[in-house]
Amino acid sequence: MRTPRLLVGLAVVAAAFFALPLIGLVAEAPWGEAGSALLSPQVTRAAGLSLVAATAAVGLGLALGFPLAWVLARTRFPGRRWVRGLVLVPMVLPPVVAGVGLLTAFGRRGLLGGSLEAVGVTIPFTTAAVVLAATFVSAPFLVVTLEAGLAGLDRGLEEAAATLGASDGRILATVVLPGLRPSLAAGIALAWTRALGEFGATITFAGNLRGRTQTLPLAVYELLQTDAGVAVALSVVLLVVSLLAVVAVRGGLFGEPS
Amino acid sequence: MTGGLEARIAVARGGFALDAEFSAPPGTTAVLGPNGAGKSTLVAALAGLEPLDAGRVSVGGRVWEDVGAGVRLRPGERRIGVAFQDARLFPALSALDNAAYGPRARGMPRAQARGSARAWLEKLDAQHLSDRRPAALSGGEAQRVALARALAAEPDVLLLDEPLSAQDVAARSAARRALAATLGDFTGVALLVTHDPIEALTLARRVVVLEAGRVVQAGDADALRRRPASPWVAELAGVNLLRGRLVPAGRETILESGGLRLAVLPGDLPVGTEAEAIVPPRGIVLSTDRPRSSARNVIPGRVSAIDLRGDRVRVTLDTRPPLTAEITAESLAEMALAEGTPIHAVIKVTEIEVFPG
Repeated sequence: MRTPRLLVGLAVVAAAFFALPLIGLVAEAPWGEAGSALLSPQVTRAAGLSLVAATAAVGLGLALGFPLAWVLARTRFPGRRWVRGLVLVPMVLPPVVAGVGLLTAFGRRGLLGGSLEAVGVTIPFTTAAVVLAATFVSAPFLVVTLEAGLAGLDRGLEEAAATLGASDGRILATVVLPGLRPSLAAGIALAWTRALGEFGATITFAGNLRGRTQTLPLAVYELLQTDAGVAVALSVVLLVVSLLAVVAVRGGLFGEPS
Repeated sequence: MTGGLEARIAVARGGFALDAEFSAPPGTTAVLGPNGAGKSTLVAALAGLEPLDAGRVSVGGRVWEDVGAGVRLRPGERRIGVAFQDARLFPALSALDNAAYGPRARGMPRAQARGSARAWLEKLDAQHLSDRRPAALSGGEAQRVALARALAAEPDVLLLDEPLSAQDVAARSAARRALAATLGDFTGVALLVTHDPIEALTLARRVVVLEAGRVVQAGDADALRRRPASPWVAELAGVNLLRGRLVPAGRETILESGGLRLAVLPGDLPVGTEAEAIVPPRGIVLSTDRPRSSARNVIPGRVSAIDLRGDRVRVTLDTRPPLTAEITAESLAEMALAEGTPIHAVIKVTEIEVFPG
C-alpha cells in the first residue's frame, strides 16, 4: 500500500505535538538571567540530592532487581506470571498513588511503620524516602530489561564454563555479566532517568523540604510559582539529561541498540 | 594415565529415551550414530549437564555419577574436557584466554595459564588465532580453539562432539590429520561423538554404535564389518577400509595394502607413509571382461560372497584384503554372478579417499 497523504499529514501533526513543548522550553528559557539563578543554593542542593537519590535508587534497584529478574527468567514456580505482573505495576501506576502506597506501607501508621519506629527508624519525609520512592518507580525498568537479557543469554556458554571447572561466582563474573552488559546498560540508563524525573511519589511520600527531600523536579514545581524563568531553564537541563539517556540507549552507545 | 570409562546412561526427555551402556578404555572410542540417535543427550549426561534418571558413570574406578548411590559430581568435578560441536567459546575473551579458562578456573596464575594455553594452541596449529575474539574466527577455527580449551584443562576424559563438522571440505583432511595426531598424544579416554562413519573408522580404534537411544553394537571396526548388528551398521560397515603404505610408481602414487595395489590421489601425504583408503561399495564397478576404460584401477578376483539386500546386492571379492561392491539385483542377474565367478573390480582414483594411517 502507498502512503496516503492524510497519513503523512497526521504524522507531521504528531511529530509537532511531541516537539512543540521541547521547543517551547528552549525558546522560553531566559538564558541571560537564568544562568546565575541555576547556580542558586536551592537549585544546586536540589541537583545534588537528585543525582545522589537517582544513583542510590539504581543501586538499590539493582540489588533488588537482579535477583528478581534471575528468578523470573530462570525458575518456574506457581504464580510466576502474577509476580511478573506485580513488578510491572509501578510502571503504569499514577506516581501519586505509588506515594500513597508507600505511606501506607512505611508511614508512621503504615503496615511496617510501627516496627520501624520501634527500632528508631523513620522513613517518610526524609532523604531515605526520596530514594525509596525513586526505587519503587524505577526498579521495574531494571527488572524488565535484565529478565529479557537473562532469557536471551546462551546457556551453552555457562555449561561450557562449568565443565571447565568454573565456580558459580566465576561463571557469573566471566560469562553472565559480560553477556548482560547491553541489558544492564539499557536498564541502568532507563531506571536512572526515571528516578531522576520522579515527582508524584516523592512529593507524596517524602514531601518537598528544601535540602532534605526537594529534588530537581520538585524545585521546578516550586520555582514555577515564584520564578517561572528559572523553572523553565531548569526544565531544559532535565530535558537534556533525559535526551542524553535516550540517545545512549537507543543509539547503541553501550553496544547493541535495544 | 587414567583407567577406562564405564557408563550406563539412562535419560528420558519428552518422548525420547536414551539408555546406553558402554565402556571405553584409554585411547579413542567413537560413538557413532545417525542424527537423532541421542548423541547430544549422551554428551550432556557424561559432562554432568543433564542428570541421569538411572545408571552409573565411572572413570578409572572413580564414580562420577551413580543414581542408585545418590552420587552426582558437578561438571567441574569430573575432569572432563568437552569440545562442543558449536564451540561455545566465550565471546568476550580472546582465543588465548578462552584456552586458558580451564586452568584459570582451577586456580592457576594468569601468566602460567596463558603459557599452557599458548602451548595447546600451538600444538593444534592455532597460535596465530591467539589474539582474536571468537566472532572473528571461522567455524573450523573456533572448533580448533574449543579443542585447545578442552585439552588445556587436562581432562581425564575428552569428549569431542562432531569435532570436524564446521571444517570446510578443503580443510577437513588436514584437520582430521591434526586431530588424529592430537588424539594419538592424549593418554586419557577420548570419546569421539560423530554421525560420520569415515571419521569414526579413521580416528578411533573402537566404535560404539548408537541408534534410537540404544547401543546396538560395540567393538573394533573389523568386528563391526564382519557382523553388522543393524542395517545402519551394515551400511556403514560395508565401506572398504584399506590400510597400507604409499609407494611411488612412475608419476602415480600407489597404496600397497596386502595383495592390493591401488592408484590413489595422496593429496599432501608424502610417499612412504602409512595411509588408509576408503572406497565406498557404490564406487566400485564390476565387470566380467577385463575392461578398457579410463579407470586406473582394474583388480581381478573371484566372487567370494553375495549378499542380497532387496534390490541392491553386496558382492565381495576374494582379493586380499577383500573388496565389496554394491550393484543392483538386475546387474547380478545379467552377469550371472555366483560364488567363484572370475570378475574385475574397476575403481576410479577419484572414488578413493586417502587418510593418514
